[in-house]
Amino acid sequence: MKVGVLALQGAFREHLEMLKQCGQEGIVVKTKAELKQISGLIIPGGESTAIGKLMNSSQLDEAIIHLYNHTNIPIFGTCAGMILLAKKIKGQEQSTLGLMDITVQRNAFGRQIESFEADLDITGITPPSFKGIFIRAPYITEAGEGVQKLAYFNQNIVLAREGNILVSSFHPELGSDLRIHQYFLRMKK
Amino acid sequence: MVEKGTYRLKAGLADMLKGGVIMDVVTPEQAKIAEEAGAVAVMALERVPADIRAAGGVARMADPRIIKEIMEAVSIPVMAKVRIGHFVEAQVLEALGIDYIDESEVLTPADEKYHIDKRNFKVPFVCGARDLGEALRRIGEGAAMIRTKGEAGTGNIVEAVRHMRQVIDEIRILKNLPKEELMTKAKELGAPFELLEEVAEKGRLPVVNFAAGGIATPADAALMMQLGADGVFVGSGIFKSSDPQKRAKAIVEATTHYNNPEIIAQVSEGLGEAMKGIEISRIEVGARMQDRGW
Repeated sequence: MKVGVLALQGAFREHLEMLKQCGQEGIVVKTKAELKQISGLIIPGGESTAIGKLMNSSQLDEAIIHLYNHTNIPIFGTCAGMILLAKKIKGQEQSTLGLMDITVQRNAFGRQIESFEADLDITGITPPSFKGIFIRAPYITEAGEGVQKLAYFNQNIVLAREGNILVSSFHPELGSDLRIHQYFLRMKK
Repeated sequence: MVEKGTYRLKAGLADMLKGGVIMDVVTPEQAKIAEEAGAVAVMALERVPADIRAAGGVARMADPRIIKEIMEAVSIPVMAKVRIGHFVEAQVLEALGIDYIDESEVLTPADEKYHIDKRNFKVPFVCGARDLGEALRRIGEGAAMIRTKGEAGTGNIVEAVRHMRQVIDEIRILKNLPKEELMTKAKELGAPFELLEEVAEKGRLPVVNFAAGGIATPADAALMMQLGADGVFVGSGIFKSSDPQKRAKAIVEATTHYNNPEIIAQVSEGLGEAMKGIEISRIEVGARMQDRGW
């Protein structure tokens, strides 16, 4: 079984490295053909507008939606990945995969100068707290009934799960703590 | 505890730009075209390098008003340039809330001996380099991202290729050096020993390395990616061409699918005229931007 990392743009190398450290084989996904080989998918951080356009021009967007609706494979979106999985983007007309019943605010904490690191307590992950790296990060402003809210920062939802989809505002792939990736890998059927 | 302005946050933003295209823009309209084409960031300027070259005189940081208008126009990160060593221009950009500062040889240097102490800033810096020593000196000063210099404003890829090959070759050599030779190598390169050790161990730069200076076509962008760049800067190449919208989009696709010639062929079709460009030997000695930086 392989976990794919969407590699159109952004920090995909770091996710592949995390998977390796978890003892999980990971593969790069740039085309529809590569989607057929995977049993889990990570959508990395990057620029959501750029990744969204590249997904669209390669028809990967339709293919991912189809794959999730038919196989329910686990999907993990970090930062830009959270934005791309959301049903709605606050105040913007941006096309997304729309697979998760959340509304996301982009650059919610401000510009790069407001980027920060903070310790988070996470439901479902044993203490100690997890160091969250937030870079021009989004957060969830509204979540549907089926959404489990797993972590907050200043009352804002920064980690959440609905069904087999996990999203984070921050970048677990930039640190060395494997716990969130391990949590994701446990979601596999 | 909440921490801001850490090196991990600075280098982390560059990590998020990988595999992407950063485009030079001089108006909010151009910035929107760049964002719409899939740029991962824009560089806000008063003039693109080709026009700086043509205009002559002293090139300085852009008018804060232009930078602010561009910041308001797009949701992607906005970068801007300061003169080498001009730390007050950098303070101004930080006050404006810019996302990344380029201490750039494209502008006229303000200091002929020293660069900015970039660790003093919360905003991350990107700097140009022609070889490994220069890259590591800039990282030593606090740069969180490197771009090989190429020769800006020429539309000629040859210098970008030279600099990328130089950096990658030097890393390859370093990887195979016995440990006892590293200190002498550090002395030769004029680079901090600890960073040299890190490069030797990892087999790559400690930060993201983009290519810049001369990229004008989708194939140029893919060439730099295949040579080992983490992403590309395109300056004059887009808005000095006949169909910027189409060319910008094509360069974005080629940068992502750099190892897929069929896609590069497809997106390269019917782009209209590329920027005219300059043969490097026609540039007077002393007018080459790449020689600025110490």
